[in-house]
Amino acid sequence: MTVALGEADMAMVRTRRVPAVARGDRRPWTFYALAAVFTLYVAALYGPMICIYILSFQDIRGGLVFPTKGHSLHWFVDLFTQVRTGDVKGSFDRSIKLAALVTVVTLVVSLMAGLAFRRRFFGDTFVFYLMIGSLVAPGLVLGLGIGLLFQWLGINASWYTSALGAQLSWTLPFGVLVMFAVMSRFNSVWEEAARDLGATRWQTIRLVVIPVLAPGLVAVALFGFTLSYDEFARTLQTAGSLNTLPLEIWSMTLNVTSPSLYALGTVTTIVSFAIIGGCIAAIVFINKRRGVRAATH
Amino acid sequence: MRAGAGDIELAGLCKSYDGATNVVDGVNLKIPDGAYCCFLGPSGCGKTTILRMIAGHEDPTAGEIVIGGENVAGMAPVERRTAMMFQSYALFPHLNVRDNIAFALRVRGQSRAERYKAADLMMEKVRLTELADRLPANLSGGQQQRVALARAAITEPRVLLLDEPLSALDEQLRVQMRQELRRMQRELGITFIHVTHTQLEAIALADIVVVMEKGKIKQSGPARDVYAYPRDRYVAEFLGGQNVLSGKVEKIGDGHVVLSQPNRSGIQVGLCADARLSVGDRIDLAVRRDDIELMRVDAGGLGDGATALPSRVVAIEYQGSFVKVMLDTLPDEDFVAYIPERTFFRDPFDVGDMLLATWSAGRARVLA
Repeated sequence: MTVALGEADMAMVRTRRVPAVARGDRRPWTFYALAAVFTLYVAALYGPMICIYILSFQDIRGGLVFPTKGHSLHWFVDLFTQVRTGDVKGSFDRSIKLAALVTVVTLVVSLMAGLAFRRRFFGDTFVFYLMIGSLVAPGLVLGLGIGLLFQWLGINASWYTSALGAQLSWTLPFGVLVMFAVMSRFNSVWEEAARDLGATRWQTIRLVVIPVLAPGLVAVALFGFTLSYDEFARTLQTAGSLNTLPLEIWSMTLNVTSPSLYALGTVTTIVSFAIIGGCIAAIVFINKRRGVRAATH
Repeated sequence: MRAGAGDIELAGLCKSYDGATNVVDGVNLKIPDGAYCCFLGPSGCGKTTILRMIAGHEDPTAGEIVIGGENVAGMAPVERRTAMMFQSYALFPHLNVRDNIAFALRVRGQSRAERYKAADLMMEKVRLTELADRLPANLSGGQQQRVALARAAITEPRVLLLDEPLSALDEQLRVQMRQELRRMQRELGITFIHVTHTQLEAIALADIVVVMEKGKIKQSGPARDVYAYPRDRYVAEFLGGQNVLSGKVEKIGDGHVVLSQPNRSGIQVGLCADARLSVGDRIDLAVRRDDIELMRVDAGGLGDGATALPSRVVAIEYQGSFVKVMLDTLPDEDFVAYIPERTFFRDPFDVGDMLLATWSAGRARVLA
């Protein structure tokens, strides 16, 4: 599931392709050396995951290691029908709902923070460092602390209260940092123009600020979603009695000994890719509608 | 809706951001309804701040702004019935031309059909009809300016405020759009206030030119007055077209004064008798560059009371209809003569030639 974050990163960075060397020019030996290193790197990065995807498509005789035995969708069916594999459907449901909740909160708070931090205000640096602090704090410890706090207050920990808070301590700083980058290209003269033309504050936000920032907001939402969907350390001690998907997978690695575990890996990867693909498509579409040449990777 | 005159009065207008220095420092000005007024000055002289205060985007620290007889303090731009055209146009990048122009009507709650009808009419007026569905990113600079103008004009303002509207355009387009602005102003019949740092732009467009320096008005009046009769050295130099001689009055003769400068004395300048001067005064004199005639040293026939200063030609620039001849008449200051092209080529000079820079009596003016 870490694939999700890696891919998202690449989309954000928008690596530009260097034009190919003109035909007829001999490439220096360093090109081949670096190409070899790069190939090894990619193999090391994606190889293990690809192994899992391949192993998940075995038939009923399949085991946890190579060589593969036959090919079928047996373990995918098994994943959603067998009780012994755990509460995959329920945890998937919770994870998606939690991720959606986290996304909305992250989006709204990041947008407001992005708008607020354009001006200096009393204590702005303090607030900023406080935020970065929660980003660098060890997630497991932070989750433990939140779990303890809830216990002490006598509130039952659950995925939509304590886990939501714990995940926000992780997604909010990310969201705000991305928002800062997005805001740096926002010209406040647009707001002034809207005001000049008679728009109220709320109309300015609704008709100018949000539409202009839309591609950036999609990026923030994507961050919020993938970080939450993927989150383990902070959720471990705060999810209460019902697991989220990463927790469920983790517990499955302890007691499930069939390729349905791999099938789950394949399914969650597909979900992640579908969401990322959807978001990138949305950004490209928005930019295309605006006549900006979309800087795709 | 069209009622309400667009005459503007600024009284004791001040603006300070830090409480110590005034960016705008006690500005008093009257602009009649339907005038084209240009604020002219270098960057940082406070001209844009005045514009923004009239627009209601900035609150004055002191003083009053009266539009059409009503004090507009604390009113929103729309209530003031002003509209602003921003320096970089500030077109909304996510809206096409039609929606940009109709924006003001949209926030007023007009229906789509209603506002599009008004926008289409406005687009016809500024010849944008074919571009209605384009996005700002796909428009040229001149087209963007027309959209900005239409977007501002659709609110039916009584005053249109333009912040350096031509600075984003290239030279050729600037001249073209200049005429467009003037045409639109006549058509709309409303007051235009235009901020610029380009003197050519100001004098070509404006009914009233307001020259500013450091938050204060140096001179205001019709373009010709400001250009031909600058009040002081700053205005003369900023508008160009004048040679300014400064010096101490050494002697006052009959119809002339003798000036001395640190590096040179005995500069005899013909002057009208009515100038009230006394020996020892430090004065600035202005002579228009196109009032200067150049003569060979050996040529005679100097007019009565004329001034003749020996000079060497430093550089010559051909300008088409005239030739710009730069001279070393004054040791520390520029001295330039604009000679009509035909006159110059009847007997062309070369760099290094010794000449007499002459002008007839009464052409020199004493500056404040």
